[in-house]
Amino acid sequence: MRRDKQISRRSLLAGAGKSVGVVCLAAVSLSAFVETAKKAQANALRPPGALPGDDFLAACVRCGLCVRACPYDTLKLATFADDAPVGTPFFIARDIPCFMCKDVPCAKACPTGALDRKTDIRQTDMGLAVLVDHENCLNYKGISCSECHRVCPIRDEAITLELQVIDKRKMLIPTVHSDKCTGCGTCEKHCVLDHAAIRVLPRELGQGSAELSRAKS
Amino acid sequence: MMKASLIANSRMQGVEAKGLLRAHKWWLLRRLSQASALLVFMLGPIAGIWIVRGNFASSELLGTIPLSDPFIALQSIAAGNTPTALALIGAGTIVLLYVIVGGRAYCGWVCPVNVVTDTADWLREKLGITRDRKLDRRTRVLIMLCALLGSIFTGTIAWEMINPVSILQRGLIFGMGAGWFVVLAVFLLDLFVTRRGWCSHICPVGAFYGVIGRASVVRVAATRRESCTNCGACFRVCPEPQIISPALHGSGTRVVDSGACLNCGGCIDACPVDVFEMSTRWSSHRSPARDTPVAAPASNKKSRDPVKLSG
Repeated sequence: MRRDKQISRRSLLAGAGKSVGVVCLAAVSLSAFVETAKKAQANALRPPGALPGDDFLAACVRCGLCVRACPYDTLKLATFADDAPVGTPFFIARDIPCFMCKDVPCAKACPTGALDRKTDIRQTDMGLAVLVDHENCLNYKGISCSECHRVCPIRDEAITLELQVIDKRKMLIPTVHSDKCTGCGTCEKHCVLDHAAIRVLPRELGQGSAELSRAKS
Repeated sequence: MMKASLIANSRMQGVEAKGLLRAHKWWLLRRLSQASALLVFMLGPIAGIWIVRGNFASSELLGTIPLSDPFIALQSIAAGNTPTALALIGAGTIVLLYVIVGGRAYCGWVCPVNVVTDTADWLREKLGITRDRKLDRRTRVLIMLCALLGSIFTGTIAWEMINPVSILQRGLIFGMGAGWFVVLAVFLLDLFVTRRGWCSHICPVGAFYGVIGRASVVRVAATRRESCTNCGACFRVCPEPQIISPALHGSGTRVVDSGACLNCGGCIDACPVDVFEMSTRWSSHRSPARDTPVAAPASNKKSRDPVKLSG
């Protein structure tokens, strides 16, 4: 009797240990997979008002209410083939940029707060436009294309044309101002080149720093 | 002959005894329910009729009523997100619904993966595949815990990165892409590896609704278990056959009281002598707990309770 009890207690403990082990192993494996799968490509931009990084992935349930609310079909829910974690909303500026609706219907539609429904579209950070290809940008060749400046919804604030003299030639250089640019991607969409010379990048990729800490050290 | 060969082997006895339609009553209602659940979401993008927006993860019914998947909401909390009131109301509404109609009624009546795995099981029978890699049915509970722990570890809603249930329902409503491969994997698992492998052994969503199912109201009951001829039809059709015995062969309650029950009504359809019926968890209180052939109070309920679920 007593012996039976001991054996059953031992097997109970062993069973519990096994379960805990399986759960831990599976949870670590799942976590490792999530860490890989959660990374978005730089060209996949989040809707306006999106919480930063992992906070977004903790809140977004991938319901697509923002996608349905967007009047311009900008937003999509990612499939496995897309550049964002599966099921999450994103847009590719070169395909359809964000039209910066004043009432931000996508953020208002979000039921979980993954998109801040009180977001001010002028203050939002979907990314930062960066003139990445000086070699091919027509303005750098002395041609006043200036398409990116012309189409910018925050023209003369987010993008200005700065007069510069390069090789003794006067040029109007499109210059993005990070404090005004929301990363809507209209400039990238309308760049006349085959592949856009100006692109919206996540801010941490697209922006340098005024600090000189590296030079000092 | 051709028509007969399409009938699932496990329902054959039921069809012979009760006819094709009556042996597929709950099956038809379920397919109707599953199709409607998807169609009502797809009507918007396809036909511009917006009865409901979003998908099964979270939605807005008639432009106002919020509905949210409670298991996703739970993972979101585990990931460190403070839920909005809207999300809590939505998830609470869904929990309440399934407390009434049966926790895993989600699996049997809503989830589109159920159609995939039912089809795999049907084909498994037809092809005579008996190979069955046994898995512990509690595996799904461990995976459910793993999903919650993974959400804590990563600070994201972890299971949604791979959840085939979400991939299928979202894919059908928003576009599938390569998601079909995940669905195919589930189908092949159920067909060749483990009988009812996904829904009855692995899926943590089912495990979660199974927890709700422990307390739920609508239940299958073996009301007329004295008539049982031990033909085994109910066991063959049931995705969780281990839960039938206590109600059918026990001396206690006639109600199938396991949270694992999908309320799919497969046993009701398949039984050639109508042992089972859709009932409520309290029906055993009305009929004597002892194994005495008192059918009167049970048959009174029969006329009332099925209406609740099918209506």
